[in-house]
Amino acid sequence: MIGKRLTVLDEADRWLFRALMLVSIYVMVRGHNAPGGGFAGGLIAGSAFVLRYLAGGILRVRRSSIVNPSRLIGLGLIVSAVVAVVPLLSGDPALSSDIVKFTLPLIGEMKVVSSSLFDVGVYLLVVGAVLTVLVHLGSDPLGDGT
Amino acid sequence: MLGEPGSLVGIGSPMTVIVLAHFLVGLTILVVGGRAPRLAVSAGVLVLAASFVSTIAMSRRDEPMGETWTWIEGLGLSIDLRLDGFAVVMALVVSGLGALILAYAGSYFDHDRTFTRFAGVFVLFAGAMTGLVLSADLFTMFVFWEMTSVFSFLLIGLDDRSEKARKSALRALLTTGMGGLALLGAVALFQVEAGTTSFAELAESPPGGAVVNAALVLVLVAAFTKSAQFPFHFWLPGAMAAPTPVSAYLHSATMVKAGIVLVARMAPIFGDREFWRWSIVICGGLTMMIGGLRALKQNDIKLLLAFGTVSQLGFMMILFGLGTPSLTYAGVAHLVAHAVFKAGLFLGVGVVDHTFGSRDITVLSGVGRRMKWLAVLAAANALSMAGVIPLLGFATKEKALVGLIDSDHYVGNLGEVALGVVALGSVVTVMYTLRFFVGTFGRRVGAADSEVHHGPGWLLVGPIVFLAGVSFVGGLIPGVLGDLVRGPAKSLDAAAKGSLVLWPGFNAAFLTSIGILVGGVVLWRLTRAVTWRRSLPLSGERAYDAVYDSVLSGSRRVTSISQTGSLVVYLVATMSVVLVALVVSIVWDGDLAIDGLVLADSWQQAVIVLGVCAASIALVVVRHRFVSAALLGVAGFGVAVLFALHGAPDLALTQLLIETLTLVVFLLVLRQMPRRFDPAPSWAPRAFRLAVSLAVGVAMTLFALQVFEAREGVSVGEEYAVLSEPEAGGKNIVNVILVDFRGFDTLGEITVLAIAAIGVMNLVRMAQRQRRIEVPPTDEVIA
Repeated sequence: MIGKRLTVLDEADRWLFRALMLVSIYVMVRGHNAPGGGFAGGLIAGSAFVLRYLAGGILRVRRSSIVNPSRLIGLGLIVSAVVAVVPLLSGDPALSSDIVKFTLPLIGEMKVVSSSLFDVGVYLLVVGAVLTVLVHLGSDPLGDGT
Repeated sequence: MLGEPGSLVGIGSPMTVIVLAHFLVGLTILVVGGRAPRLAVSAGVLVLAASFVSTIAMSRRDEPMGETWTWIEGLGLSIDLRLDGFAVVMALVVSGLGALILAYAGSYFDHDRTFTRFAGVFVLFAGAMTGLVLSADLFTMFVFWEMTSVFSFLLIGLDDRSEKARKSALRALLTTGMGGLALLGAVALFQVEAGTTSFAELAESPPGGAVVNAALVLVLVAAFTKSAQFPFHFWLPGAMAAPTPVSAYLHSATMVKAGIVLVARMAPIFGDREFWRWSIVICGGLTMMIGGLRALKQNDIKLLLAFGTVSQLGFMMILFGLGTPSLTYAGVAHLVAHAVFKAGLFLGVGVVDHTFGSRDITVLSGVGRRMKWLAVLAAANALSMAGVIPLLGFATKEKALVGLIDSDHYVGNLGEVALGVVALGSVVTVMYTLRFFVGTFGRRVGAADSEVHHGPGWLLVGPIVFLAGVSFVGGLIPGVLGDLVRGPAKSLDAAAKGSLVLWPGFNAAFLTSIGILVGGVVLWRLTRAVTWRRSLPLSGERAYDAVYDSVLSGSRRVTSISQTGSLVVYLVATMSVVLVALVVSIVWDGDLAIDGLVLADSWQQAVIVLGVCAASIALVVVRHRFVSAALLGVAGFGVAVLFALHGAPDLALTQLLIETLTLVVFLLVLRQMPRRFDPAPSWAPRAFRLAVSLAVGVAMTLFALQVFEAREGVSVGEEYAVLSEPEAGGKNIVNVILVDFRGFDTLGEITVLAIAAIGVMNLVRMAQRQRRIEVPPTDEVIA
């Protein structure tokens, strides 16, 4: 942990962390049609963890990340790679987009593009990378877990 | 992937289904087999047995079956499987012996942590090997060839805690991997020169010329490495570090035959070339001799058999490589006989090892008295190996001798050379067979009989009974095998002919056989007491080690020269290269866009640029690391705002986030470093560094001015803007470019990001480990 604990940061973390995570997902999803995307979304989620780190130190970050960060990296890479490869099975070039339109009750017409899934992979990988760097560089030099 | 979705797993393509079934079962065993090892073995045996049965069923058709899967149409690459006669024989050897040995291994191993890995990789290997023998073209063969190398690596190194096993595995992988590269080279050359790598098409109109000869040399290198021929024979004995079932299967019955299969396919087409025949006879002959002589020196009976296998591989290489009609026939027959007796002997060694806890002939004594039945079974296989009438090995070796004696009018004097080499090699074979049998089962003078640790179960014994039975009964009625292998031999070479007989009569070949046996027995009696210590001055192992070590030390030297670890050196080097590139570009095409240059689009822009400049200058001047990192952040944020002003919200957003995170990462790292920068090295004084920096800065500015004038074509952006919505269903062009149009770039970039994160992780962990060693644990924690 850098320096003393600050109440301001503590409170900011408590109120903002979930909000930032939500925003990050929102930014990722809207990316296809408006500024944003998986990369930016992942970075926002990453900065939420940075905030948590500044407020509560490495332990609080470790506690709040459910998955092992390096697994997140792998998962993201697999998701993106699979999305890239799947079109090959039907004879299309790699990474061809498929557009699926359907109507949901109450919400109305939805449009899902397969390449959005690619962005989900990017998002997961970026979050994983930021977390990995944070957890490792943020722990104390002897690695005792303080 | 493979073309025509849907029909991928159809009834219409049984061979593909068989190969894929191996892979599926193998992977499943690897993933979940640990929970039920018995079930895993049963599943593996089942798939191998199914492969055996369906191969027989498929071979009953009149026309050989063929299956083709287009892979990369533009390059003419496809996976091509064909079940001709020879493929049937090999597929039966692979699946039949595989099922027997896997069943045996189920009782041989303790069900420990490596067992599931063994069973899974074993089945995967069987799949790859089946694919290899079914291959109808060189490219398909190459794909499966490489797979078998990898699986063999995993199986040799099964005991990953033993350094010897790991080293042997690596040596085998590097050697056979080199052969794989040679095979790839041959594939490319054939594709370029002949337009095909299909065996059938090559046979139809054999290409010629220097390029084809080069390709054939590569084919020979590939075959010699895989089948452990001189001078690449050294990896095979090391591979015996693997458990006995692995040795019996991969390194005697199947994988080491891959090179033979390759030569058998190529020899009828290209075997008339002088260099081909001579290299086959010289290398195969040397292999036969060296393998046999080294077998005579071994005390470990498994290693003795391993060198014996090397010797036999040399023998078969000569038979197939010369490729005359009767030798091709003899080759196929002997291949089957060898697979049977050698697998039987290996499994017998496994039982001895299992029961008496030793494989050393200087330790074992009286094994034959304790286990009479095992001695009898091993005798059947050993006599078959030595070529004694009436065992199966006699009939096939007899056929080979006949073929060699008659080969004069095909290959001239070379036939006599080959006959001499084979006869000599066979004498040595008789000698090491005696050493093996007497050493294992005989009694040593003055030694007590070995103790039985625990008796073998029926699953250990069953396969040996079966294999010994084939060697014995097959030898009494050799005509059965003789008829069975005629079709397969004809599928290699339509002219192939021959038959196997029990009693050939007193012809030249039979007299040679007698001579070989008598010579072998006499020489064995004479040299029995001699301990062979001397080895050849130049051994393959040592040559391999020398090459391996010098590659490692060479690259270490290059690294220590090029990677000094000094940041100043790296920066000066990088910047100088950039400078040269920029200067060349500017001088080459000197149009600078100075006309109509606007100083600033708006006052906001001017203010921000000035701020960024001020931060950059301050950054260079300050001596505190923290302060300079913060100033770097200021410059970055300024650039982000510039992006926003220019109407690039995506860029601005990303830049902003990146700057934030970078700053935090900087702070995390910097807290572990001295507060101030170190003084620069004396060879790079301030003036020098300033000069380099200024030069790069000026050149970069000029280059930027030049770039504005440089565009000739239409911006790709226009095209993307039009296509974005209809093609990719997105309105944000930047994002559509990232995930769709240039998605491959993104995939590459996020891979780099992943690697970088893993790199950081490992660097930190290494540093932590280092410090834990240096700093006693009682010390105060720095953070």
